[in-house]
Amino acid sequence: MKQFQYIRPATQQSVLEAIAKPGTQIIAGGSNLVDLMKHGVMSPDKLVDINKLPLRGITPAKSGLHIGALALNSQVAEDKQVKEKFPLLSMALNAGASAQLRNMATVGGNMMQRTRCPYFYDTSMPCNKRIPNSGCGALEGFNRMHAIFGASDKCIAVYPSDMSVALAALDATVLIAGRKGQRRLPFTDFHRLPGNTPEIDNNLAKDQLILAVEIPDNNYAKHSYYLKVRDRASYAFALVSVAAALDIDNGTIRGARLAMGGVAHKPWRLTEAEKSLVGKPANMASFEQAAQIAMQGAKAYKDNAFKLQLGPATITEALQHAAGLV
Amino acid sequence: MKEEQLLNIPGDYTDGIDRVDGRQKVTGAAKYSAEFNLPGMTYAVFATSNITKGSIKSIDTKAAEHAPGVLKVVTHLNAPKLPGYETGKDPSKPATGGGPLKLFVDNSIKFNGQPIAMVVADSFERATFAASLIKAEYTKEAHNTDTAKSLDKAATPKGPRFSDYKRGNPDDWKTAPVNLEAEYILPTEVHNPMELSAIVANWTAADKVEVYDKTQGVKSTQNAIAQAFKLPPENVHVTTKFVGGAFGNALRTWPHEIAAVMAAQLVKRPVKLVLTREQQFNSVGYRPYTWQKVSIGATADGKLTGIIHEARAQTSTFEEFTEGTVNMTRFMYACPSVGTIYKVIPVDVNTPTWMRGPGEATGSFALESAIDELAAKLNMDPIELRVINHADTDPENGKPFSSKNVKEAYQMGADKIGWKNRKNKPGSVQEGGWLVGYGMGSGVFGAGRGRATVRATMQSNSTLLIQTSVTDIGVGTGTAMTQIASEVFDNYPIKKIVFELGDSSLPPSPTQGGSMITSTVGGAVHDACTALKQKFQQVIGNGGTDKPDYAKVLKEKNLPQLDVEITSSGSSEMRNYSAYSHSVHFVQVKVHPKTGVVKVSKVVSVADSGHIVSPKTARSQIVGGAIGGIGMALMEEGVIDHRYGRYVNADLAGYHVPVHADIPQIDTLFVNKPDFKVNPMGAKGMGEIAIIGMAAAVANAIYNATGKRLRELPITPDKVMMA
Ligand SMILES: Cc1cc2nc3c(=O)[nH]c(=O)nc-3n(C[C@H](O)[C@H](O)[C@H](O)COP(=O)(O)OP(=O)(O)OC[C@H]3O[C@@H](n4cnc5c(N)ncnc54)[C@H](O)[C@@H]3O)c2cc1C
Repeated sequence: MKQFQYIRPATQQSVLEAIAKPGTQIIAGGSNLVDLMKHGVMSPDKLVDINKLPLRGITPAKSGLHIGALALNSQVAEDKQVKEKFPLLSMALNAGASAQLRNMATVGGNMMQRTRCPYFYDTSMPCNKRIPNSGCGALEGFNRMHAIFGASDKCIAVYPSDMSVALAALDATVLIAGRKGQRRLPFTDFHRLPGNTPEIDNNLAKDQLILAVEIPDNNYAKHSYYLKVRDRASYAFALVSVAAALDIDNGTIRGARLAMGGVAHKPWRLTEAEKSLVGKPANMASFEQAAQIAMQGAKAYKDNAFKLQLGPATITEALQHAAGLV
Repeated sequence: MKEEQLLNIPGDYTDGIDRVDGRQKVTGAAKYSAEFNLPGMTYAVFATSNITKGSIKSIDTKAAEHAPGVLKVVTHLNAPKLPGYETGKDPSKPATGGGPLKLFVDNSIKFNGQPIAMVVADSFERATFAASLIKAEYTKEAHNTDTAKSLDKAATPKGPRFSDYKRGNPDDWKTAPVNLEAEYILPTEVHNPMELSAIVANWTAADKVEVYDKTQGVKSTQNAIAQAFKLPPENVHVTTKFVGGAFGNALRTWPHEIAAVMAAQLVKRPVKLVLTREQQFNSVGYRPYTWQKVSIGATADGKLTGIIHEARAQTSTFEEFTEGTVNMTRFMYACPSVGTIYKVIPVDVNTPTWMRGPGEATGSFALESAIDELAAKLNMDPIELRVINHADTDPENGKPFSSKNVKEAYQMGADKIGWKNRKNKPGSVQEGGWLVGYGMGSGVFGAGRGRATVRATMQSNSTLLIQTSVTDIGVGTGTAMTQIASEVFDNYPIKKIVFELGDSSLPPSPTQGGSMITSTVGGAVHDACTALKQKFQQVIGNGGTDKPDYAKVLKEKNLPQLDVEITSSGSSEMRNYSAYSHSVHFVQVKVHPKTGVVKVSKVVSVADSGHIVSPKTARSQIVGGAIGGIGMALMEEGVIDHRYGRYVNADLAGYHVPVHADIPQIDTLFVNKPDFKVNPMGAKGMGEIAIIGMAAAVANAIYNATGKRLRELPITPDKVMMA
């Protein structure tokens, strides 16, 4: 770990000025960044601690909920409004990491967390995400945890967040501040696919700060479920996870939201599968059809062929839970 | 709060006393090796190789040497020659016989992660940073770390215990009316105790060194350091007051311990060296990858006719590590014809070592799975098959067992878990969308008694001081020994007994391991306390009461204290018996038919290990072993990318052990019948049997739930789903 500076500005303006300089890095809960610094994967010269900014609140927005970037994962998961309006988000958060980590982790930090690909973490191995053009260790290496959707030959890593899978399904919007002002970005456009530039995880510019996410009101609260399949019951990343939300009227599906985790370089929203569900009865036949559509275009590597089967199994299982059939 | 209230000592000790060091452990007062801080402390950190085989062409340490706070950088180019390193023992001898890797003696690289340099600096952070600046160039050679692909390179080890075994005509399994042959695979497993390996070394004179070390045996560490530095053993003082779990990884003295002592000599200041979690994977052993094959046959009514059990296990290229993987098959069941074959496969890794239930934990997964498979083929209850083939005497040598109550253990466990609810036909029970199954597996481990010396002293303030060098690796040795002393001394108050351990200057006890300590040290504590009582009777002379007031006696006789030092070991009568501890594990699992997720929903572990000296710590032992066995069955695997020869999951996020949410309530039952042939308490060890047989029990339950037979550990959801 090399020597670095640490500052804790009190205003958004001073944070924005600080992060505009090269070599700086925002730190929130530190639960991902400090780990990466210890491993020598990231080595910023200066940490800009944003914890003095007033971004911790969870407040009603115009039509929905506004969740500050510094709200803690545990705080959001247990928030009354969140549990009432968006139980899916609460479930997804509680499926992530451990209680201790959720007490440190923030919404912004969670969104920005980096892949857990072992080749990214080990500085003795090749990794295009860590060092562009050094090669992808995972492509022909140990790739049990890796992507089946949207990967490239440069990178087959997956994005590990559970929270973000729910936010992608819930049509959330990201509020971003830059020196030139604020902008809004659909959550599903926040993260990106690796393509030829896997070193770039998402569409947040280096000199920008996440202020909040906003989730619009919906009719899914009654029928939503987050199912995470993993190697142990807690404190493990998803092999495959599914966020499922249904709006059911008299046994017929009026609307559906579906997203997968553990399968791509970003939360994998399944819009085609969602469409296939609309107007259908909430039963296994509809869910199986949706799962089949969802898996179109999936591609497995040496160790992760099981995801081609686990994917649809998890989708149908999550939908059944959401529909209250199990 | 008063001490008595905290200790919660019951009036009679039938439930067992609380851990004597429990309060220290939960309040942080317990001091582990890495927590000893000496004035002028310095810190040593390794830089390690990122190639797997070859040699160091050049190594650039300049930047590290000039980094802030750095006192010394040691490499093979400047390391002092240790006098004892010249007298290397025969490398073909079994693990402890051949020396482990010697650091910084030449430029050769034998495995990935091997230390190539050691930085000593005035802070841990500065040493870590400086170590990151070291750059080496290598001449690479082609390496092989893939044991699975090297099964044909297996060779019979040189030690006599590991030559092929044969009785009767083992091939009889082939002609048996019911038979099967199956292969089982156990991956590399890493001990990963909470406490990292750590040592603080300090030279107090030119020829005297003190160390605070994480070790399971202060005496063996003392000897290893004395040998390396050619010192009289008494000039090496080793202290190990607490151990935060070890499971075998501190059974021998590893290179980092010698390196820290060397560093302290070089910088003439105390040195602390703590391995990183990642380094643990390459530095302090692991349970070796092992391929096994069991061929087994029986008559139509279930009488075994022949078994062949074969194992091939990973070792390093420079040391032959061996363990008794196949040995239990020779005596576990009454079978006229048995063959065992054990081979090792040298690959470019560091040497494996014993890990909880060494050998048998691996072997029992194969044997106890095969027995279950055979029962399924016979359409027979697996307990019934075991009872039919119960060995009344030891089939390997014809000797009677010192005691064996497994039939009773089967019954106790079956009753407790509700074995009657198990359907012999797999996949026949569903509950809330989950398949439900039951399985069992049994374990066995030698119950020997070794030699130990114990000093017992009655002090003028009526404190009974018991001293011996043994370490407590977390199992509760101090508690069990206190309880034994109390019992011998007619229920002497626990509060007045002090058990002092973990110090090489105390009377010698063996290394903590192999389920020997309760029997060995307990036996010596028993004998020392008995002798001290007798000494008191002599001092008092005629008319002494049963329960004298010891302090008063000392005062009256004008004695500062009264003590004895007793060395004792097993009786020669023991040679006429086979002595083993037995366990039987029962589990209920729920398996998700679509996702392959396995939930262990009930566990009952029964131990047949003689009289239970300390029920509370015994229960903890069994619970810990059961959890270890569940991890072994479902999660644990050290994964190496063989292209690079490097681990890809060398941390606790990637290397999975069970978390609380994976573990149901665990019921522990004890047959609790004393075996006085082994020692005067009638107690036998139970550290190993707690895990041995558990992995098979889980795999067998998964079969019962799903009809899927999984023969490769760990049984992760993908394997269940794809089977
Ligand atoms: C052992 C372990 C297991 C885990 N398991 C899971 C799991 O199962 N599921 C899961 O989802 N997660 C898991 N996590 C990850 C955890 O969720 C993240 O570490 C956490 O959410 C990061 O939040 P933080 O506030 O600590 O981020 P930090 O570490 O402080 O920051 C992470 C990144 O975000 C950037 N950043 C932070 N805030 C902002 C902001 N407002 N604007 C712009 N950039 C910002 C930082 O610059 C940094 O690059 C696990 C972590 C660990 C260590």
